[in-house]
Amino acid sequence: MKLHIKNGRVIDPANGIDAVQDLFIVDGKIAAVGSAPQDFTADRSIDASGLVVAPGLVDLSARLREPGYEYKATLESELQAAMQGGVTSLVCPPDTDPVLDEPGLVEMLKHRARMLDQANVHPLGALTVGLKGQALTEMAELTEAGCIGFAQAEEPILDTTVLLRAMQYAKTFEYTVWLRPQDAHIGRGGVAHAGPLASRLGLSGVSVMSETIALHTIFELMRATGARVHLCRISSAAGLDLIRAAKKEGLNVTADVGVHHLHMTDADIGFFDSNARLTPPLRSQRDRDAIRAALTDGTVDAICSDHTPVDDDEKLLPFGEASPGATGLELLLALTLKWAHDQHTDADAALALAIGKITCNAARITGLPAGTLSVGAAADVVLFDPAARWMVDGRALASQGKHTPFLGYELAGQVRMTVVRGRVAYQR
Amino acid sequence: MKQANFRLPSNNTMPILHNNPQLNKNGELQHLLTIEGLKKAHIDHILDTASSFVGISDREVKKVPLMRGKSVFNLFFENSTRTRTTFEIASKRLSADVINLNIQASSTTKGESLLDTIDNLAAMHADMFVVRHAQSGAPYMIAQHLNRTRSDVHVVNAGDGRHAHPTQGLLDMYTIRHYKKDFTNLRVAIVGDILHSRVARSDIHALTTLGVPEVRAIGPHTLLPGGLDQMGVRTFTNMDEGLKDVDVIIMLRLQNERMSGALLPSAQEYFKSYGLTPERLALAKPDAIVMHPGPMNRGVEIDSAVADGSQAVILPQVTFGIAVRMAVMSILAGTHA
Repeated sequence: MKLHIKNGRVIDPANGIDAVQDLFIVDGKIAAVGSAPQDFTADRSIDASGLVVAPGLVDLSARLREPGYEYKATLESELQAAMQGGVTSLVCPPDTDPVLDEPGLVEMLKHRARMLDQANVHPLGALTVGLKGQALTEMAELTEAGCIGFAQAEEPILDTTVLLRAMQYAKTFEYTVWLRPQDAHIGRGGVAHAGPLASRLGLSGVSVMSETIALHTIFELMRATGARVHLCRISSAAGLDLIRAAKKEGLNVTADVGVHHLHMTDADIGFFDSNARLTPPLRSQRDRDAIRAALTDGTVDAICSDHTPVDDDEKLLPFGEASPGATGLELLLALTLKWAHDQHTDADAALALAIGKITCNAARITGLPAGTLSVGAAADVVLFDPAARWMVDGRALASQGKHTPFLGYELAGQVRMTVVRGRVAYQR
Repeated sequence: MKQANFRLPSNNTMPILHNNPQLNKNGELQHLLTIEGLKKAHIDHILDTASSFVGISDREVKKVPLMRGKSVFNLFFENSTRTRTTFEIASKRLSADVINLNIQASSTTKGESLLDTIDNLAAMHADMFVVRHAQSGAPYMIAQHLNRTRSDVHVVNAGDGRHAHPTQGLLDMYTIRHYKKDFTNLRVAIVGDILHSRVARSDIHALTTLGVPEVRAIGPHTLLPGGLDQMGVRTFTNMDEGLKDVDVIIMLRLQNERMSGALLPSAQEYFKSYGLTPERLALAKPDAIVMHPGPMNRGVEIDSAVADGSQAVILPQVTFGIAVRMAVMSILAGTHA
């Protein structure tokens, strides 16, 4: 199969390309950018006039809810959502039921995803058995089965000795440890940012200290072990300051933020809107502004959708009882573009910067050869209209998760086509 | 060869309008969920209406027909005898039919969701729900659901988590107005477990809305939530300093489970530092009144000599509470969506 995508604005931050060019795909791989390779005859020619042609998006955190929580979402529904969102590679955390702590489970998940032939699914293995924070998992076996790193998901390790050992062991094989910094005790049971709003609404708070104390511990263990750590979904200005200093010091650390936290603050909880119940919680405006700035200055490497489908029964509850999380795969692109637009005066440069945060930057963290349109790379491509406006409507989302604090918002930037390994997998 | 016509569109998202769910489109009270955000006129109207009801309880026939034929459902998802009883009495004095439901997890253990329960009861032609729930914001969810489905049904928040207890706040204001007449020259101190207290939050909002120039919160750091200054409150950790020259002292109940642990070492030590004794009361203005939402822990937050003393207005609070709840219910019942 030979594809010719013509007249689009090709943005490939990995190679510093931003120009109206043609893209040529042969046998599932990028064959050329610019002029056609020799003897190229297109089987299908796609006119991308007015569209941006970019590498397929790489999402660092998307819960697919399989195995175990099929009532919340299935691989079919969520991978379709990925296609509609232009996400061609996604990383899924290990907090399924059962937990992804055995090679067989990982193989099964990879196999199911391969059968569906849509987005590339890259699981994170559990760092400890059952995420219980006691015994290490078989990291080498899990890596062979397809895990690209190891995580504790939302279960902080109580015993710091275990975390030390886990990082030492991961360092032995140069595996990356993915951690969302949260203290095991401070903030436990909290449902909102510990601040004036939580005080007023009478909601139990998650203090910023929960994040910063954990970061101090992680950095100290990194100094001792030399392990590589990726920090997931940073929520606070104070946390970002620590990461900035750690990077300056030369620690081998990267960080991402969830896309909701680029735009919303705890004030968006409004009158106890459980759609705004997220983990980590939405924080203050100062934190939100710091997150936006940290993306620009490079302290934060990537943006993830933090896609977490939750069903009605677990969301239509009083705020404190509602399950945290929001659907995100289909909003990642538009919300990232919105950040770029809000934050930068040079719209052209902003577009390339934004795409970098959800393609090559994210891919670099995973170590996967994705997020680029380099010749020879897998032909994972998204075509989107940066100006097309659409209304966030739960019924129109492919994801089984219909809950997001952005319901009713009008966003700009809509996916027109998603190409996976040279195959047109989605078209609007 | 960048193409100039590629432009990121202007930022023009449309956030969902957070309409205040307790007001109808005319700004009248459809539900009573919190005192925060109410206008002074709303509160004055409730207090004025309440004063017209105070005399009814002294009559031989203690009833008015304002809610005859209406059904009030007391939905208590959390234990309460006192508040439920006062709402029941208030409903009956307004000639409404009262149905008491103690739902403490019984329906939820049978798998029925909170909103299913509400739909079922609304289908029985309830006119008003009086809701108490352990989760902050639960009455909002019920009110917002009813605003979409049954806009003729009213909700009264009878206490939700740590968030609000608006009828208690209003009866406290009634009591203060009864004894002090004018709010705009008062110093009011709220003492104790502010962190977990919905009464404190409702009192703070009511006092600041009514123009009280100085609201104080007194307690140890472990029981004072952050952000009180942004609610217009001065915090004190020293009881003697906090009580100096105040006109009103509102004591809060200290829950048994919080008397020893990581928040406080012991009830004895708490009483030593924050118990209201006659000596401490003497630091306040000579005509200061002492209030308590009940039930009291004598010897923990308040000395019996104070609780039974001449400055305590704790029993009048209970009496006024009936009139205030009658006022709230009759005003809501007369509001249309």
